Amino acid sequence: MSNIGSYEQRLKDFDWSIAKKVLDWKEGELLNIGAICSDRVCARGGADRTAMIWEGFGGKKKTFTFDDIRVYSNGFAQMLESLGIKPGDRVCVFMDKIPALYISFLGVLKMGGIVQPLFSAFGDESLEVRLAGAGTTAILTTQKHVKKVRAIQDKLPNLKHVVVVEGDQGKLREGEHFYDFETAPRVEAFNVYKSDSETPSVLHYTSGTTGQPKGAQHVHGSVMGQALTSQWVLDLREDDIYWCTADPGWVTGTSYGIIGPWSLGVTQCVLDSGFTSARWYQFVQDNKVTVWYSAPTAIRSLMRDGDEIVKTFDLSRLRHLASVGEPLNSEAVIWSEKVFGLPFHDTFWQTETGAMMITNYPGMKIKPGSMGKPFPGITATVLDLKTHRPVTEPGVVGLIAFRPGWPSMFREYWERPDLYRSKFPGAPSNATPAELRANQDLWYVSGDRASIDKDGYYWFVGRDDDVINTGGHLVGPFEVESALIEHEAIAEAAAVGKPDAVNMEVVKAFVTLNPGFEPSDDLELSIMNFIRKRLSPLAMPQEIEYLEKLPKTRSGKILRRYLRALEWGEDTGDLSTLEED
Amino acid sequence: MAEMKDVILQYVIGEYVDEDDEQDVGYDTPLISSGLVDSFSMVSLKVFLEKKYSIKLPDDEATPEAFDTVTSICRLVKKHQG
Repeated sequence: MSNIGSYEQRLKDFDWSIAKKVLDWKEGELLNIGAICSDRVCARGGADRTAMIWEGFGGKKKTFTFDDIRVYSNGFAQMLESLGIKPGDRVCVFMDKIPALYISFLGVLKMGGIVQPLFSAFGDESLEVRLAGAGTTAILTTQKHVKKVRAIQDKLPNLKHVVVVEGDQGKLREGEHFYDFETAPRVEAFNVYKSDSETPSVLHYTSGTTGQPKGAQHVHGSVMGQALTSQWVLDLREDDIYWCTADPGWVTGTSYGIIGPWSLGVTQCVLDSGFTSARWYQFVQDNKVTVWYSAPTAIRSLMRDGDEIVKTFDLSRLRHLASVGEPLNSEAVIWSEKVFGLPFHDTFWQTETGAMMITNYPGMKIKPGSMGKPFPGITATVLDLKTHRPVTEPGVVGLIAFRPGWPSMFREYWERPDLYRSKFPGAPSNATPAELRANQDLWYVSGDRASIDKDGYYWFVGRDDDVINTGGHLVGPFEVESALIEHEAIAEAAAVGKPDAVNMEVVKAFVTLNPGFEPSDDLELSIMNFIRKRLSPLAMPQEIEYLEKLPKTRSGKILRRYLRALEWGEDTGDLSTLEED
Repeated sequence: MAEMKDVILQYVIGEYVDEDDEQDVGYDTPLISSGLVDSFSMVSLKVFLEKKYSIKLPDDEATPEAFDTVTSICRLVKKHQG
């Protein structure tokens, strides 16, 4: 029997107070994610239970109990306080998937800081935009990545502290701090910051069509949604060995790679090395993984390597599989059922929602290719593309939207109330974020399109904007274009998503060249590597097309949608009409 | 073969390894499985090989395993040089 039991019954009986029961949390108790994921697990008898099994490249392996996590996160919290960092300050964690990332994440929360996780493959420009946007006070990083921080530090007046948590202390520069949590004195007790359900916790940056990335601000109360969905959708139980393959630089890696499992006291595994199918299967086998939460890109890569390799590993402990990041194609669901004897359960949610929203549940019939049904307690619909009224007819495509107010909903875009308001069509122009969230006449619009079938299952269609979803990561075209035109050869640029069998979409750039430059193989490679280093490998165009001029509206706006439609073989519409836009 | 190995090795070091990184990268150093080169960056490495050696590497052969060391990359390139 699964944790959720009957989905239909849960719909009837649902109340968010169930989440409090799941956590055994009572009104008046401290609500701090850092403490809930460590101190509280220990206080409830889980101190000696394994919290994390970590493997790195080259056979490196470490194991931490919940008591280790408690003490070491205390150490991070105390260290940050000693630097003068105050509650509410933004503290960035910028490192690979090493143990210090997971533990420092909790440490920042314990001292009341707002933790800002950033993907370690970001180049210095991507890093700068996000640190400047958040006015970040401190960054925790490693010797491997501190070079990127040094390159931009002069442009970040708010960034007062650089803490290196792994590497050679002798290589630090003046003003930088070194903190190795394993050799630092153990901190048995720490006075955890008295946060409540509305205290800011995590600030995740996410990309949009226009402008630079924006920070989705979450709160400590989000743990209610993350814990309950972990229990009902991922079906996590105390004796599970759970593997979430996501990087905590992105929201899945924090909501379900840290907060969800650890708030429930569940053991999780982390693999910090490059992808190969054999390595992943070996990891599942060696650690006796029971619940596996991964992404369609990875699943399709595993599929590509065939069925035979699966038979060479003992994966018999697996009992539940789930997927997130982009729509999971029906072939992948059918394939996983064939080779693992278990289907991957697709889940849909986004950085802003903080927790799963529309998913497939253990025990509920899966329609391969469908996103599933709304989580109990979530009121979802699709809105007509023009009127923004709920679509009532099955199979008609509209905008996925949710009634606001669920516990893990983002509370604002960092210092962008206008942008927050724009996510609620028809909202009063002077409404505050709190008023918007409380208004049950409004819908929060996700930016994705779907249809609902006659049985209530949702079917993903695509994004409603120009954001590129590559391997489950959102890349903003504006950010790529801004970086492209910094290349000496490029005059103008447009970035769009083009279809890709494994990653769903990859970035393609259309460029015009400055006088004196001609298209060449060397130039193509130079542009690719320029973006890879400035932004990230994800943002690197995998194809570059040279044009004499870019298609534009009469007002000079580049017609990205026209270029995208060409790539996807879709109807481009009447270009002359588009030019009038 | 030796010359090809050196050309590819130098490209990998120049593009993917930081100047002050003390990591010793040789012909058989794992690139993909170690995380030194990620799967997205493999594309620029593939483009380099295709341009440099005037070949076309099919996507189903440009796997993380085939790109995992300079030695295995050379084998793949040689195969497609005919």
